[in-house]
Amino acid sequence: MKHTISVLVENKFGVLARVAGLFSARGYNIASLAVSETLAPDTSYMTIVVEAEDEKILEQIKKQLNKLIDVITVTDFTNKEHVDRELILAKVNYSAKDKTRLEILLNKYGANIVERKGSVAVIEAVGKQDRIRELLLALDKFGVKELVRTGRIALAL
Amino acid sequence: MIGAQILMESLIREGVTAMFGYPGGQVLPIFDALYDSPIKFILTRHEQGAVHAADGYARATGKVGVCLATSGPGATNLVTGIANAYMDSIPIVAITGQVKSFLIGNDAFQEADVTGITRPITKYNFLVKDVRDLTRVVREAFYIASTGRPGPVVIDIPSDIQQQNTEFVWPEKVAIRSYHPTYFGHPGQIKKAAKLISSSKKPVLYVGGGIISSAAHQALRELAEKIQAPVTWTLMGIGAFPSAHPFALGMLGMHGTAYANHAVTAADLIIAVGARFDDRVTGRTDTFAPTAKIIHIDIDPSSISKNTRVDVPIVGDAKNILGELLEQIKKRPDTSAWLKEVDGLKKKYPLRYKDGDKIKPQYVVEQICEATGGEAIITTEVGQNQMWAAQWYKHSHPRTFISSGGLGTMGFGFPAAMGAKVGCPDKTVIDIAGDGSIQMNIQELATCVCNKINVKIAILNNGYLGMVRQWQELFYKKRYSHVCITSPDFVKLAESYGAVGIKVTKKEDVRPAIEKMLSIENTVIVDFRVEPEENVYPMVPAGEAINKMIEGLA
Repeated sequence: MKHTISVLVENKFGVLARVAGLFSARGYNIASLAVSETLAPDTSYMTIVVEAEDEKILEQIKKQLNKLIDVITVTDFTNKEHVDRELILAKVNYSAKDKTRLEILLNKYGANIVERKGSVAVIEAVGKQDRIRELLLALDKFGVKELVRTGRIALAL
Repeated sequence: MIGAQILMESLIREGVTAMFGYPGGQVLPIFDALYDSPIKFILTRHEQGAVHAADGYARATGKVGVCLATSGPGATNLVTGIANAYMDSIPIVAITGQVKSFLIGNDAFQEADVTGITRPITKYNFLVKDVRDLTRVVREAFYIASTGRPGPVVIDIPSDIQQQNTEFVWPEKVAIRSYHPTYFGHPGQIKKAAKLISSSKKPVLYVGGGIISSAAHQALRELAEKIQAPVTWTLMGIGAFPSAHPFALGMLGMHGTAYANHAVTAADLIIAVGARFDDRVTGRTDTFAPTAKIIHIDIDPSSISKNTRVDVPIVGDAKNILGELLEQIKKRPDTSAWLKEVDGLKKKYPLRYKDGDKIKPQYVVEQICEATGGEAIITTEVGQNQMWAAQWYKHSHPRTFISSGGLGTMGFGFPAAMGAKVGCPDKTVIDIAGDGSIQMNIQELATCVCNKINVKIAILNNGYLGMVRQWQELFYKKRYSHVCITSPDFVKLAESYGAVGIKVTKKEDVRPAIEKMLSIENTVIVDFRVEPEENVYPMVPAGEAINKMIEGLA
C-alpha cells in the first residue's frame, strides 16, 4: 500500500540524507519526494510517498523518523483526512490544426499552456494523481516530448 | 581564541578530564591546543584503540567518553568503535579533523566524508562550518550523547575552522526544539502495568542495559523484592541485579541459563525494562514467552513492538518508571508457588560444565571471580570467551561488566579495559580474552605500559576462533574452515612491550597465576592453555525457541 508521509524538519544540510537513509537502508524505494521551506524559513516540509511492502517495517521507519534529532513532526496521511496534489510540466507538440482539440482537453483538466516556442508548448497541470494520470494518457496522442512532476504534496485537514 | 582553543575550553566545561586519540595532519591545531590543556590525553597505538577506550571509559564511569582522530584514515579507523557504541547505546563524543572547508569534496589528501560515513551509526553528527558554532556544537554533542537513549556523536572540524579566531561564548543552555526525550512514563500506562503485576502469578523481570544507563539498579532490586519476582538479564544487563540474589536467574537467550529460558517460557507476565528483545535473547519470536503478557519499559519508542508484541508499552526513563511502579503497586502478587517452581528449574537445569584434569575455560573464569571476590571490572572480547565470562563471573554491581553486545566487535575488550582503568584507576580491570580477539588490538599493550595503565589480560587460549569452530562443529559437520589460529608466544610478546607474561598449562597453576597477575603492578598477560574444543552450553540454535536448548552435558 502506498503511504504519503509528511515530515517537518529543520531546514539545514544533511537532514534530507538522514531521512532518505532510513528508507534506503531497508531497501525501500521512495516513489516521490517533495521538499521545501515552510512559512518559517528555518523549517522544511518533506512529503514522501513510499510503497510499504510490510506495514510493520513502515511503522518502524516512522518511529525512527521521529527519533531523528532534526525531525520535528511526522504525519502519515493514510486514514487521515487530507488534500493532496501534484504539479506537472509537460512539453507537447503544438500545431495549428491540433490547437482547438488541445485547448478543449486542457480546459477539461484545468490545465494551461504556460509557454509556447515554435512547434512545442509547455503545459502545466495541478491535480490529484489519478486525474494527472488521465490527463497524461489523453495528452499522449499529441505527443509528450518531456515530462517533469513534483511528486505528491499533501496537507491534513 | 582560535577554534582549537575553543574546543579545548568547551571540553573542559563539559567536564572532560581524559581523552584518547591519535594525531595527524588535520588536527595539528587541536594537538597544539592540547599541549597547554589540563586534559589527560592518552596516545593510543591505533585509532580503533582510542574509540574503544573512550567507550570502555564511558561504560565504567557513566560519563561521556571522548576520542580524537585526524581526517580520512584516522576517522575511518574510528568507524567500528562508533558503530559499537551506537549498538550498545554508549555515550561517546568522537572528534575528527577534516580537510580545510574549501577543499571538502575535492578528494583532498586524507579526505573522507566522515559525516556521511557515520550518519547511520551515530545518534547525531556535526560538520562545523563556522567557528562561531563550535561552542554550541560541543554543548549539543555532549547533551545528545548523554540524554535519552545515549549514543555516539561525531564532531567533524575542518582544520581551517580550528585556526580561525573568534570570541569564546559559552551557551547558557541547550535548546534543541526537535529533541525532547521522554523521561516520565504515562500515568495511565503505569497504572495498567501495576494492575497486571498485581494479578500475575508467574512474573519475570527481563532487564537490559537500560537499567545501567539509567542507574535504576536499586529501584529494580526493590521492585523484584516487593513483587517477589525472579530477574533475568541480557548480556548488556549484567550487573544490573546481584548474581547472588535468590531471585537471580542469570542471563537468558542463546547462551543464557536453561532455567532462565524455561522460566521465561513458563511465565504469565514479562516485565521488560531497558531491553530490546534482541534476536539473541528471544530466539524464535513467536515462541518467546508464549503464555505471558508483556510490559515493555524503554526510553526509546522505536524499541517498543519492534520484534515482539507488547501489551503495555511505557516510554520513559527506567529509574523514574520503576519508582512510579513501586508506588502504584498496592497489592503484591502471590508468587510463592512460582518461586518454588523456578527453584525447581534451577535445581533441574543448573549451569554447569564437566571439569577434569585439563584446564577448562569456565574453571579459569570461576577462579578469576573467586580471586577478585567478584569485585573486578571485567571486559571481554567476543565469542566463547565473552559467553564464559558472562556465565561464570558473578557480578554484583552495575558498570562492572563491559562487553560488545550488539555489534559483537572482536578486539573491543582490551582497549575497553584500558579506558575503564583510566576512568576507575582504583579498580582491578581484567580483559577476559580469546587468542583470536586479543590479536586484533594487541598494539595497545604499548599504550598501557607507556601510561602505566595496569590492566590484566586473561587469554583463554584454545588455538581456535572458538565460537565459529563451535558452530562449524555443530552445524557444518565439523568441517573446520579457517578457524584454527596460531598466536605468537604471548609471554615473549608481553615482555617485548615491557609488560609481564605468564603461561599456564597445568590446572594446579591456574589460581597461583591469577594471584600473581593481580599482585603485579604492571600490565599482565596470562596465557591460559585451555581445552581446545570446549563448547559454550547451553546453546539455543539460531532461530529456535529459547527453551529448545542444546545442553551438551545434560
